Amino acid sequence: MDDPNLVEIKDLHFRRGARVVFDGLSLTVPRGKITAIMGPSGSGKTTLLRIIGGQIKPDAGEIRVAGRDVGGLGRAELFELREDIGMLFQSSALFTDLTAFENVAFPLREHTDLPEDSIRDLVLMKLNAVGLRGARDLLPSQLSGGMARRVALARAIALDPQLLMYDEPFTGQDPIAMGVLLSLIKKLNGALNATSLLVSHDIHETASIADKIYIVADGKVVGEGHPDVLHDHPSSRIRQFVAGRPDGPVPFHYPADEFVYDVLGSGR
Amino acid sequence: MIGFLRGVGNRSLDRVAGVGRATLVLTAALWKVPRLSDVPLIVKQIYNVGVLSLVIVVLSAFCIGAVLALQFHTQLGKFGAQDAVGVGLALVLLRELGPVVTALLFAGRAGSAITAEIGLMKTTEQLSSMEMMGVDPLHRIVAPRLWAGFVSLPLLTAIFNVVAIYGGMIVAVEWMGGDQGRFWSGIQAEVDIWDDIGKGVVKSIAFAVVVTWIAVFQGYDTEPTPEGIGLATTRTVVVSSVMVLAIDFLLTLSMYGDFK
Repeated sequence: MDDPNLVEIKDLHFRRGARVVFDGLSLTVPRGKITAIMGPSGSGKTTLLRIIGGQIKPDAGEIRVAGRDVGGLGRAELFELREDIGMLFQSSALFTDLTAFENVAFPLREHTDLPEDSIRDLVLMKLNAVGLRGARDLLPSQLSGGMARRVALARAIALDPQLLMYDEPFTGQDPIAMGVLLSLIKKLNGALNATSLLVSHDIHETASIADKIYIVADGKVVGEGHPDVLHDHPSSRIRQFVAGRPDGPVPFHYPADEFVYDVLGSGR
Repeated sequence: MIGFLRGVGNRSLDRVAGVGRATLVLTAALWKVPRLSDVPLIVKQIYNVGVLSLVIVVLSAFCIGAVLALQFHTQLGKFGAQDAVGVGLALVLLRELGPVVTALLFAGRAGSAITAEIGLMKTTEQLSSMEMMGVDPLHRIVAPRLWAGFVSLPLLTAIFNVVAIYGGMIVAVEWMGGDQGRFWSGIQAEVDIWDDIGKGVVKSIAFAVVVTWIAVFQGYDTEPTPEGIGLATTRTVVVSSVMVLAIDFLLTLSMYGDFK
């Protein structure tokens, strides 16, 4: 258990149909830190989280979570491992037929034999941590997007997981909700003594809390380091991504014929 | 030509792969025997698929029983055999129409609802998030619906038969002025507990397995988009209706096999 890295991925290969998603990707997630994986949309960041959670089997490569080889686990062991992983989905994925309280209580009821009053205390504690103790009786349809994500976060931390995975936590959030989420992610990582793995393309928000950033493109890690280092990275491609410039090594235009041919209707 | 053959081949492979995936879902979901703590989940699903289907089943049963009695009464009346209305009604319903029509109604009312619900849960990542919480959706979501379907459809079929015969009785006796005593005594004398009732129950159990299985699998296998849910729901109704009719033919052939 003294391994400094909670998650280790070595030489991961994965393809979906004819499209190569990962082509020899390797990275490590150090214990107790917030690690971010960034990359353009469609670079397979969400897929990576699912591979770590064992929901998708990679074509080749080794994934170790807390020293266990995810690929080699049976179905029962895999479900056991997942009790140690909390994941916040991009769509929040709250159970729509349950109240906020019951959503957070769900993993507790499923995995523990705690008496009802202990569950109540735990759920209220988790909801209080995300500031939504007062919203416990609301249904997901009555929550705003930001609130739903916070309830989902409270649910993800219900079992005090070692590893917290966030899938695009900032997408579609207003500035206040974004600020709340940022401070929560930072605070919870410390308070739970957990390790966080964040997948995002919101560079400024991510850079403000991450201890280490990996930039993924074309199925590989193309840059890694502390957020400050990436601004002056030798690769122009990474500088383009970090600065958010529309054109550069990653072209603005999808490959096409010269515009003039299309306009004149004499495409080659 | 080659393209056509390739298309046929690909579609056949897709079908075979689909049957394989469906079998995996079914076995994985039913592998674990339900525990005592699963009973509330199953009861809730019996309410959703069984109790909520009652209105449509009872209404249809009454109407079908009534029209059957009308037709029987007119046709049999030509030979002065009105007293056989009860028997005819009971045999047709118990052997064929009861199980089949209830299964078709069940596919439309409960099957489509199951597919849409599971499909939407998949599309909104609820199934994924459940998996990531270490809870297997096959046990938590799929299995209770399967068991509920297995229990509900045979019971609904029994209710259908009772209501339909009663509906027929109202038409034949109260309206057409048939003899109530002969109506019931004919049924009592001619209906066999195994040949007519038992085999009908066998049919309804077979239909229950097929329809619920298809509904659950279509939802679980939905392509997670709005169109995907629509397509899956349609497929549930179409595929299970066709399967019910086909299986009914095979069962009738094998169970009442000595047709000359």
